[in-house]
Amino acid sequence: MVKELIKTKNLKLWFTDNYVLHDLDFTVYEKKITALIGPSGCGKSTLLRSFNRMNDLIPECKIEGEILLEGQNIYDSKADVTDVRTKIGMVFQRPNPFPKTIYNNVAYGLQIRGEKRKSVLDDVVEKSLRDAWIWDEVKDRLHTSALSLSGGQQQRMCIARALANQPKVLLLDEPTSALDPKSTAKIEELCIDLKDKVTILIVTHNIAQAGRISDYTTFMYLGDIIEFGETKRVFTVPKDKRTEDYLTGVFG
Amino acid sequence: MNKRKLQEIVGVNFLRLGVIFTAFFLISFLYIIFSKGGSVLSWTFFTDFPREGMTTGGIYPAIVGTLYLTILSILIALPLGVFTAIYMVHLAKPYWLMRIVRIAVNTLAGVPSIIYGLFGLTLFVRIMQLEVSLISGALTLAILALPVIINASEEAIRSVPRSFREGSLALGATERQTIMRVIVPTALPNILTGAIISIGRVAGETAPIMFTAATFYSRMLPTSINHEVMALPYHIYALMTEGSKPDQQVPIAYGTAVVLLLLVMFVSATAIIIRYKIRKSRKW
Ligand SMILES: Nc1ncnc2c1ncn2[C@@H]1O[C@H](COP(=O)(O)OP(=O)(O)OP(=O)(O)O)[C@@H](O)[C@H]1O
Ligand SMILES: [Mg+2]
Repeated sequence: MVKELIKTKNLKLWFTDNYVLHDLDFTVYEKKITALIGPSGCGKSTLLRSFNRMNDLIPECKIEGEILLEGQNIYDSKADVTDVRTKIGMVFQRPNPFPKTIYNNVAYGLQIRGEKRKSVLDDVVEKSLRDAWIWDEVKDRLHTSALSLSGGQQQRMCIARALANQPKVLLLDEPTSALDPKSTAKIEELCIDLKDKVTILIVTHNIAQAGRISDYTTFMYLGDIIEFGETKRVFTVPKDKRTEDYLTGVFG
Repeated sequence: MNKRKLQEIVGVNFLRLGVIFTAFFLISFLYIIFSKGGSVLSWTFFTDFPREGMTTGGIYPAIVGTLYLTILSILIALPLGVFTAIYMVHLAKPYWLMRIVRIAVNTLAGVPSIIYGLFGLTLFVRIMQLEVSLISGALTLAILALPVIINASEEAIRSVPRSFREGSLALGATERQTIMRVIVPTALPNILTGAIISIGRVAGETAPIMFTAATFYSRMLPTSINHEVMALPYHIYALMTEGSKPDQQVPIAYGTAVVLLLLVMFVSATAIIIRYKIRKSRKW
């Protein structure tokens, strides 16, 4: 039985007068990988950033409707945005390690919540780096700058950094588009491996990638969700002509 | 020879002339200062008090005074400037206040330093009754340094990539934690470079301390921030304008100039080295 973890209800979003998300009702299932695909500018990143309230940083942004995480509206006036962002972590398109050591990057989430016990920090750092498949590469250089890592390593470290918060959901916005094929493959496998720990929502321009790793696929087009369903079904028998056109590369 | 080639030769020689002139002025400048002041330099010049009506002895209290003034003024101006810059970049509200601050910063940056002196005299010495003292001078110098520090800090903070801020907030950090733990540490080397450059300026100023802190002669080192102090630039001014033995005073004035110059050069070199190190180590 799959469980619904996140539901959006009548989600509408504007940037000033630009109506970007059109009344979306959307479900994310627990411990599954859901891929968001669609042509450039259709609102994938905007939708993704609504889930951890990163759009709050943009003053022109106006949002209506609800996003329910286990039944609680994250846009409720009583909701604590730092709490929302702890439960719903995010990894960005370009790796963005802080100019700190690897250790301090990964420990950051705990440190800002006041965790000072070294043994706890040590454990979480190690576990998170292991879960992100980078422990063996960095275990001897935890206290060197994270900027000295390669791009693919940096991205896996950013995943570790997000995992250290023990999030329920991990949002990934084109996490491999800045990486070489080998690092990309590694992160794809990693995502599949992470499935029993965390629910993953991934935006990708790479249709094959969505096909390889996701359980569910959402096709967006000009601010609407055109099609949603199990990836196998969406890829083999799309219901909508536009989905089929996109998947076969008629437009992109 | 065709016309374009001729233009080329004339042009290049013009540039060469410019370089030669600049080099000439720089070298003669250094030569004059060092040749006229070099003769008085000795160990005791650095460690001794002035003696016999300023005609002999050292400039120790002026060196100490300038160090005190400079350090104290930077300690006041640096946090103030950094906080202002953070506010201007990350809170930037309300709009009218930001406009006023920006106009004030840009205007202050262009104000002649003697006017800072008059301002300090009125506000700190008279109204706040701090008297002519180390603290009055340091406050006046701090205001002089503020625009430089604010501008450098603002630029340093703005140049921190937005992705760092987003990354921190996305991990559940508050705005304040993001600023204190990610943005300021990232910007710090550049902020410090700005601060060091302003140290160079503050250390050499005469006019702002003339009415607020400096004294021609003091028999002891300042032991509290309420004491008057001697200072290198004011000491030069005093040696050249007061007293009755110019033959002995003028070389000491130039010697003092050498010390001040070395001090400022040392500070600037430090700034350059720090900046070079940052440029080499930054990878974002
Ligand atoms: N900060 C912003 N301010 C104003 N408009 C924005 C902002 N960010 C996005 N938009 C607009 O919202 C719409 C959706 O953008 P979004 O970035 O979500 O698209 P996307 O599907 O992620 O595209 P891509 O595949 O190119 O990343 C676009 O029309 C874009 O111009
Ligand atoms: Mg996008």
